[in-house]
Amino acid sequence: MRHTRIKAAIAVLGLSLSLAACGDAGEDNESAPDVEVKENAADDFEDGTAMKALAEAGEITIGVKYDQPGLGFKDAASDVPEGFDVEIAKLLVADLGIDPNSDSVTWEETISDNREPYLESGRVDLVLASYSITEERRQVVGQTGPYMITGQQVLVAADSDITGIEELEGEEVCSVTGSTSLENVEAAGAIGVPAETYSQCAEDVLNGTVPAMSTDGTILLGLAAQNDGELKVVGEEFSEERIGVGYSLESPEMCEWINEVLTESFESGAWEAAFEATLGGDDVETPEPPALDECA
Amino acid sequence: MHVVWDNREAVALAFGYTLLLFLISGVLSMVLGTFLAALRVGPVAVLRLAGTAYVTVVRNTPLLIVLIFFRIAGPKMGIKFNFVDITIGDVRLNNVFTACVVGLTVYTSAFVCEALRAGINAVPLGQAEAARAIGLPFGGVMRTVVLPQAIRAALPPMASVQIALLKNTTVAGALGVVEAFARMRGLTNDNAPERISLFIAFALIFVVLVEILSLFANRLERRWRIA
Repeated sequence: MRHTRIKAAIAVLGLSLSLAACGDAGEDNESAPDVEVKENAADDFEDGTAMKALAEAGEITIGVKYDQPGLGFKDAASDVPEGFDVEIAKLLVADLGIDPNSDSVTWEETISDNREPYLESGRVDLVLASYSITEERRQVVGQTGPYMITGQQVLVAADSDITGIEELEGEEVCSVTGSTSLENVEAAGAIGVPAETYSQCAEDVLNGTVPAMSTDGTILLGLAAQNDGELKVVGEEFSEERIGVGYSLESPEMCEWINEVLTESFESGAWEAAFEATLGGDDVETPEPPALDECA
Repeated sequence: MHVVWDNREAVALAFGYTLLLFLISGVLSMVLGTFLAALRVGPVAVLRLAGTAYVTVVRNTPLLIVLIFFRIAGPKMGIKFNFVDITIGDVRLNNVFTACVVGLTVYTSAFVCEALRAGINAVPLGQAEAARAIGLPFGGVMRTVVLPQAIRAALPPMASVQIALLKNTTVAGALGVVEAFARMRGLTNDNAPERISLFIAFALIFVVLVEILSLFANRLERRWRIA
């Protein structure tokens, strides 16, 4: 497992370098798989469902992260964020008959704190923002999936001797303010250092203010890749995060539809292609698609 | 509200950090602020200029920028506080905490200086002149004649400055100290259904803390009233 992680790090690094080599950051990444847009999608949905309404309107707003390389990341020059969350969102959007690369899709940034309020108020239709499924969240919003299972690891400076969270008891470990990762760090006995963004944490690790930062392994791999050779991901995963899709409780019918699209993508290989284009690479073993939760 | 009660230890620790940030930067800003005020009203032109420059630069800069300077730009330029590492029970005063205290102190000092200067200006010039006439040096004039009267007049604005500081400590929550604001964000993340009651609970605790502070200022004002 650990070996795969290191290989994944190298692969992500290679991927980001090849992207950087494209020069113009505004260009879409070439490796992103093409998503087939379904025609006459509105006919497939029953009247009165949220999917029908969205398909007929031809417009949708998706909540994604902007600051997580590999999952949901948008640099200043590009219009559309990139990453695994975004690719999965594109599959859902295409199933509604909307072209995911057109202006009909609004990619709204949702930080950890405003994902529930945005869904509740209807400001976004779906949230795919490294959104861990939890019982508490399911009381206020709908969550289904998971479409990915990840775990929390530790990111340290490349020349550090630290090999895992066990060695960081009583030491400072950075993570994002108000995130589950920060709680897990504290539960592991380390001193939590809250920051606004993951890149701010990486900055603190780079300049030696804190010895380590911690969050989902996939995010850390992306950060390590961004900071070429100065940071490394270490240790076993010490938590399990089940990343799912968020929708409004007012339209529970979305759950079945999301699961259908996800299942279809697991079977058709679209999920695999999305993983390989964002988190994977030549040497990375693509994991088995996770088992989906039943809809209530 | 039960969420706050269930996590009372974590919440208490968080407010402990809030109060420590406030108390340490509060005392330090009073010291530095008084020194700055002395520079600004003193007889040496160069020092007057230095004091004025400090107030102009720092008071015209947003707090967040001052704090980010010490937290993020500082370490890059070699301004680190790694020598600070004090652990008292669950409370840990580390380099990040120190950087935040320094930022808050630097920022608040400018306001303390101006509050105090307002007080000094309220003391009739004759007082200082009389003190000079009996042969007191500048330090003596300030210490024994001007400041005791100035502090009385400066007390209400000073209380406002310190109350602002107490609330300003929340900025440190986004920059590396798990104080009340950071803890609240953690709790709202875990307990999405309780979001609003959590906001209210934390706001109420702040109201109580500020109320205690203003009560204290009120008491002092009454006690020092007889001039």
